Amino acid sequence: MKHLKQLFWISDNNGQHKKISRPAALFNLLLVAALWVALFWFSLRTIQIRLDFTFLGEFRIRIWNGFLATLGLSLFSLIFSLLIGILSAAGQSSSVLFIRFFCSVYVKFIRGTPLIMQIYLFFYIVGTAWGVSNRFIAGVLILSIFEGAYIAEIIRGSLLSLEESQLEAARAVGFSRRQTWRFVILPQMITRTLPALTGQFASIIKDSSLLSIIAVIELTQTMREISAVNFRLFECYLFLGILYLCLTLPVSLISERLERRFQYEN
Amino acid sequence: MKIKFQNLSKQYEPEHVILNPMDFEDEVHTLAVIGPSGGGKSTLLRIIGGLIAPTTGKLWVDSDEIRQNEASLQQYRKTIGFVFQQGGLFRHMSALDNIAVPLEQVHGYSRTKSRSRALELLERFGLKEDAGKKPAALSGGQQQRVAIARAVAAQPKLLLLDEPTSALDPEYTTEVLNVIRELKEEGMRFIIVTHEMGFARHACDKAAFLCEGSLLEYGESAQLFAHPETEQLQRFLGKLLEWNV
Ligand SMILES: Nc1ncnc2c1ncn2[C@@H]1O[C@H](COP(=O)(O)OP(=O)(O)OP(=O)(O)O)[C@@H](O)[C@H]1O
Ligand SMILES: [Mg+2]
Repeated sequence: MKHLKQLFWISDNNGQHKKISRPAALFNLLLVAALWVALFWFSLRTIQIRLDFTFLGEFRIRIWNGFLATLGLSLFSLIFSLLIGILSAAGQSSSVLFIRFFCSVYVKFIRGTPLIMQIYLFFYIVGTAWGVSNRFIAGVLILSIFEGAYIAEIIRGSLLSLEESQLEAARAVGFSRRQTWRFVILPQMITRTLPALTGQFASIIKDSSLLSIIAVIELTQTMREISAVNFRLFECYLFLGILYLCLTLPVSLISERLERRFQYEN
Repeated sequence: MKIKFQNLSKQYEPEHVILNPMDFEDEVHTLAVIGPSGGGKSTLLRIIGGLIAPTTGKLWVDSDEIRQNEASLQQYRKTIGFVFQQGGLFRHMSALDNIAVPLEQVHGYSRTKSRSRALELLERFGLKEDAGKKPAALSGGQQQRVAIARAVAAQPKLLLLDEPTSALDPEYTTEVLNVIRELKEEGMRFIIVTHEMGFARHACDKAAFLCEGSLLEYGESAQLFAHPETEQLQRFLGKLLEWNV
């Protein structure tokens, strides 16, 4: 009886660090996987679809290119949104009112409206009015403008959580403003924001899929095009999900690990 | 070391005076500042340490006037050691780095010299084993000893301590006060804000009583504690005695 319980429950080591034993973890993971497979299988049977992934071989070069495009879109968007995020976080605490309001309005507008609406709207501005005809570049710009607002909030939050006592200590040991930034503010902000920023990168990867609506040829758009030809909708989207997981899972794992690593410092 | 104030005062908001204009001049070796909570002790210590500017008045330390511009304040702060009540250590740095990084960056020590100086101090204060630990992994008493080590590392001409033990359990309080007394025996000059009356009375040459923003009494510690003149100080000391064993 006790053994059975150990297989399902996390043993509470007198309130000590909760440990999950390896066999128990493996067993429960298998159970979860079995449940999912059963669920899919049952659903597929009722609509009488037989899975057939053979088309993947035929389209592998297009899929691979789409995969690379998504990766590229996400990486470039990460860089630009970081830049935008840092600037608007700094701008929101600027003493120049115009800059401060400009940045707050930007952040509030972006965070308060759906991405899909922004994509359509900005595509007219960026694409048509500014004449950016390259869809990849337009996609990066639109996505960066969107994610930048979320990154701005992450950074602003960590700036606000810097304690006055740390800054006072920096002055007391004789640090100049520059040294205070370099040795106190930046290191503390990086440890505080890195887990959240990594998590945001996973969001960027997922959000980039919406760029398919303006026909940026990334992973989702590629799959949409393929499924429009061969009507293997289910297989296409299932495989699409797996490909996104290949990108986002490692990123989330890194984010969790960073979080655990920096937890005790704060 | 001579310390002098002239018409020194502080207020943040127009109607709320935190330090009334005060004049002071004396040779200071070891000085305890005592007084009820909210009386302005920390504020005064921060002004002396060049961390905040007075609203009016002038201040001389060691016969040099402390000018309130950032560049000269920064030079001045290098010559002062400051220990805060708590949370004064850089939380992302190990005990060793808390001491070594300012030595290297502010005082121009080489990397090896700053580290060996930091290690020497940690060893001296019984913290050799803890050199690599971050503040969160140290007890309150250990944190304060690291803070004191950092403050004295560059041989400041004056050490300022703002209630260094008031966040500590009694056993840690003693270990920190012992460290400060040892420093005194080596000739370190300091001003300490404290609620430890035994320490103020026996380990400090002079004592000042600050109450509601005014410097009500000042003199030899022994004298001040034995014969409090103002009613406020009598009441303050009386309250403390109420719970004495
Ligand atoms: N930055 C600030 N802005 C406004 N008021 C302040 C500020 N800092 C301190 N004060 C006020 O100044 C007064 C004196 O504060 P101070 O910290 O100097 O007292 P204290 O004697 O050190 O008290 P304690 O023993 O509790 O530490 C308090 O009423 C406090 O609210
Ligand atoms: Mg205080």
